Order: sequence, then structure tokens, then C-alpha cells
Amino acid sequence: MGIETALPTDVMLTTQLQRVINWSRRSSIWPLPFATACCGIELMATACSRFDLARFGAEVMRFSPRQSDLLIVAGRVGIKMLPVLQRMYEQMTEPKWVISMGACASTGGVFDTYATVQGCDQFIPVDVYIPGCPPRPEMLIEGVMAIQRIIDEDRIPPKGPDGKRVPLGIAVSPNYTPKPQPVGLTVGS
Amino acid sequence: MAAPTDATAPIDHPALARVKEAFRDRRLRATQFRGQVTLIVEPADLHPIMQFLRDDAACTYNFLSDVTAVDYLHYPQEMPGRFAVVYNLLSHDRDDRLIVKTFLDPSIPTDGTEADPALFVDSVTDIWPGAEWTEREVFDMFGIRFRNHPDLRRILTWEDYPAHPLRKDYPLRGRGERESYRVLDRTSS
Ligand code: SF4
Repeated sequence: MGIETALPTDVMLTTQLQRVINWSRRSSIWPLPFATACCGIELMATACSRFDLARFGAEVMRFSPRQSDLLIVAGRVGIKMLPVLQRMYEQMTEPKWVISMGACASTGGVFDTYATVQGCDQFIPVDVYIPGCPPRPEMLIEGVMAIQRIIDEDRIPPKGPDGKRVPLGIAVSPNYTPKPQPVGLTVGS
Repeated sequence: MAAPTDATAPIDHPALARVKEAFRDRRLRATQFRGQVTLIVEPADLHPIMQFLRDDAACTYNFLSDVTAVDYLHYPQEMPGRFAVVYNLLSHDRDDRLIVKTFLDPSIPTDGTEADPALFVDSVTDIWPGAEWTEREVFDMFGIRFRNHPDLRRILTWEDYPAHPLRKDYPLRGRGERESYRVLDRTSS
């Protein structure tokens, strides 16, 4: 199934060790789904067969922060939930990445109330912001790919001028064209 | 559904007649809206009347659907008190609902969390054990305390939350509770 089936058996490939390491790291980003609201449904759809996050090596959802590389904050973060989020972030091992998925996680969205934190990036570092309510799975995949590109370019860990790690602060823009509704069924016929 | 009834029309409800007969010397009021009858009792009479409504053979309100409260601050209409505790009773035998309300007026400013002796009612957890969590919610959100409640703690916010957030004099966006967390950066973990 892999590249070895396309190659003759007696061939040798040369590459750089760093490239191989980067390739394997970027192909095994294991997300921690911090799905607290409706965006979590879209996150599940992203991992399911139609959108298939597995193609990007990020399909293994880990529910233990110690086993994951990527924290996906999908949904509203309540005032009681933020300490939990911070604790999970602290338990993840470096190198770690954070995606803030959807309007609520990034800004509080329409929930401008005492009970909702107005953007989790005020209290934890966020690498990629994905706009939308909810974002389409394509955009979440785009967010994962943005992190993959950073890993490919060897920018781990990204450092600021003072030598400290900085959040990337990438904002993904919409990458799909809305289709007229309804669309015809593509399965079953 | 019954047509909207005139506010002055006589309220004809079998349970009301029973309650009136059994509690002759108490102050009882009732309202009706679209066929739904509300019985308004004085806070001191609440517990015996609730006990009667469950045990009387002609009432048999065996199920307490909900306990909630209303803050009538700035309500356009004159109300008998600032807070109302609302009990939603259901009789499975007779398929009948009855709303019981009791009004309370605070005796101290309502922007804090200290116990107000005027905002106490008797708990109905000994009549319907299911009232335990709904009464805790009323206490958490409105600061109305329940006498003889087995475990009166806050249920949605945390123990030292500095307000009762569903009171109408509490600002919608809170008093900074959603902003007061430590900030994690890339280097602090
Ligand atoms: S951004 Fe929209 S879809 Fe996502 S959690 Fe908020 S309300 Fe739900």
C-alpha cells in the first residue's frame, strides 16, 4: 500500500535524516479534541470518512493530553471549563500545537455573557485560528495543514527574538465555495 | 388550547377548591393564563400546601417537574414581590399541571452573596426528593436559600463565585469573572 509497492525491491533512496524526521512528525499529529459545543460535531465529521482527516495523519484522537500533539479547542469555553483547558494544555508535551476552532473558541462568538470566556487565546497560546460557525471540515484540515507546513519547514519550536517560543497566530481563511442547496446525493445510486 | 381567558373570569380548577377548603385561614391567590392555573401562596404556607397537593387524593401531584425562580426587577407590571420561586407540579394520574408560586422581597442589597433572611423558603426535598438539584440551581442563580435542604451548595458556578448571576441587577457580561485567569504562554509549561 505504501511507497514500497511502487518501487523496485533493489532500489535505494537517499534523503536527509531531518527530512525523514519532519515527514514522520507531520504525518502523525495526534489531536486532543477539546470539543465543548457544536463545533465538536464538525470536528467529528472531519475525522469521519467523507472528509477523512486520516489522510493527513491526524485521525488518532487522543483523549489523554499526554499522548497528543495538537489541542483542538472546538466550542465555547465556559468560565468553569477554562482552568480545565489550561491544565490539559500544561499536561501536553512539547512540541505541542493549539488550534482554536470556530468563532466561540476564538472570540466567544455570540455568547457575550458572564459565563463564556471571550476567546481562549487570552489565556493559552493559540497557533491557528479557524473562523466559522462552525468552520467547514475543509477549513479544519487547512488548519492542520498549516501546522504541517511549519513542521516541514523545520520551524519547531518557533522562537521569538528573545528566544522564547511564540504562538504562531495563523488565521485560516475560507477555502471553499459554497454550493447551491440542495445538492444531489452522491452515494447510493 | 383554551382561548385566552379574561383575567377576571372565575378560575375553576379542582385542586384549587381542595386547597381552599383545607387552608381556609391562609392567604391564597390564583391566576390563569390560557388554561394554565397558577396558585400563589405565602412563603410560610408553602411547605404544608405542597405536602397537601401531593398527598390529597383529589390532587395527587406526585411529580415535581421543575423548580425555578424569576426576578421581577424592572418588570413593567406591578408584582407582589421582587423574586418568585416557581414550582411546576404534575399529576401523572390526572394528567394535570399546576404552577405554584411564592413571592419574596429582599431585605438587603442584592448585589452580594450574603444570606438574606428574607430570601428563605422551606425546601420541598422531603416531599419530592428530585427537588434537590433544582433548588440548588435556584440558590446558585438567584441566591434564594432553602431551609432543611440536605446539601445546599452551588451547582453551576463555583463555591466562591461573587454573585448570583441571574439576578437582574447583575450585569450580563459579569463583573470580570470571565477575565480573571492566569495567562499561560509558551514558556510557562
Ligand atoms: S462557533 Fe458556532 S458552531 Fe462553533 S461552538 Fe460556537 S456556536 Fe457552535
